[in-house]
Amino acid sequence: MSAEVVVASGQLGCHLNSGCGFPAPGAEIFLFDEVAAFTIGNLEFHITKVTILLFLVVAIILAFFIYAFRKPKLVPRGAQNVGEMAYLFIRDGIARDTIGKDGDKFVPFLFSFFFLVWLTNFMGIVPFAQIPVTSIFAIPVAFALIVYVTWVPIGIYRQGFGGFFKNLLFPPGVPKAMYILLAPLEFLSNLIVRPATHAIRLFANMFAGHLLIATFSIAAFYLLSASVIGLLGSAASFTMAVALTGFEALIQALQAYIFTLLAAVYIAGALNPEH
Amino acid sequence: MINVIAAAQAAITAAGGEGGEEMPSVLAVPIDELIIGIIAFIIVFGGLAKFALPNIKRTLAERADAIEGGIERAAKAEAEANALAEQYRQQLAAAREEASAIRTQAQADRSAMIEEARAEARAAAQAVTAQAEAQIAAERSQATSALTQQIGELAVNLAGKVVGQALTDDARVRQTVDDFISDLERQAATARGSAQQ
Repeated sequence: MSAEVVVASGQLGCHLNSGCGFPAPGAEIFLFDEVAAFTIGNLEFHITKVTILLFLVVAIILAFFIYAFRKPKLVPRGAQNVGEMAYLFIRDGIARDTIGKDGDKFVPFLFSFFFLVWLTNFMGIVPFAQIPVTSIFAIPVAFALIVYVTWVPIGIYRQGFGGFFKNLLFPPGVPKAMYILLAPLEFLSNLIVRPATHAIRLFANMFAGHLLIATFSIAAFYLLSASVIGLLGSAASFTMAVALTGFEALIQALQAYIFTLLAAVYIAGALNPEH
Repeated sequence: MINVIAAAQAAITAAGGEGGEEMPSVLAVPIDELIIGIIAFIIVFGGLAKFALPNIKRTLAERADAIEGGIERAAKAEAEANALAEQYRQQLAAAREEASAIRTQAQADRSAMIEEARAEARAAAQAVTAQAEAQIAAERSQATSALTQQIGELAVNLAGKVVGQALTDDARVRQTVDDFISDLERQAATARGSAQQ
């Protein structure tokens, strides 16, 4: 945690004009001490604050939606109302819009992704949590990998092994000679770049957002000193940190939506290769 | 200036070399974190797909069904109501017809009854008339016979006085008187018969 790093660096008293350079936050604010570890087979598992937050999110999602939908009424009220809005947003706004009539089957999949990604993102602006779980690269990679191993088998199942790769690598309506150039590009684009960007887009947004908030927060602290420029700068940095927190709230939801929408688009492409 | 650089260096050393190890890259993907991420998703997906989402899916389907079914039911109810109204109309018409038939029948019955009563009254009147006539005839016949007897006695008395002797115990006289009287009676009967005709 950034404060821990600052404390550990002995920079709590580090301010402008105190003979101390600006302790710009770096990659270290994404590293956490392990609170527990265990080994299964040859694999060592490190439990950190991020792991705990991840499973907190898992528990919150399950608790809320199981509670909200435990005994659904025809006329919704309270938690069911909220849950229903969420469900209809995923079903109508993403699944049916993108995938079409087969979309309903993928609602649980997309629903899980949207809320898991959104709430792990959201941990970035929750007081005391203050780290987007998805800014730890392995987490978006895990999510993107699940999407990848979902849509590729679906495509192979629906179009046959040959059909799937033919549709993927040889898009119709192109002169035959172009396939020499196009097929490797399509292979790279669809099977390698696609899952990579799927993970990196989410990771980089959350990483950068967290870094920005941390930078302005530390700046506000660092500039807090007995000088007009320092005070003004501190106030400006603090304002910026607050504004960025609001902005991040937006980005977090947006990235969750984009991640889920892309998952739906990939599945739709695997189901109906014409599009 | 030198101070600033030294402080920065110290900070970097402190941050990066905390455990005396090299700082791992932020782009590193440790297998354990990857597996934890996958497990997290599987738990969420499994939990929601098993315990939460089927309920709401069913409820939404029921709601859609309730709304669509409601419209259908309303249409059915309307058709039923129309059929019922039509039936009532028909029944009402039938009832009116029946009432009119009953009225006609009643009128006919009344005429028949009046006719019957009239016939009965006529018969009774005739019976009374006949009885009265019979009685009158009987009384007349009684009166005639009484008169005949008295006339006979008077005639005998008169004849006795004219002859100057008693004729009462003489069988021949009595026979003569009786013959006379029966002759009178016959004449009277004849006269009555011709009068009745």
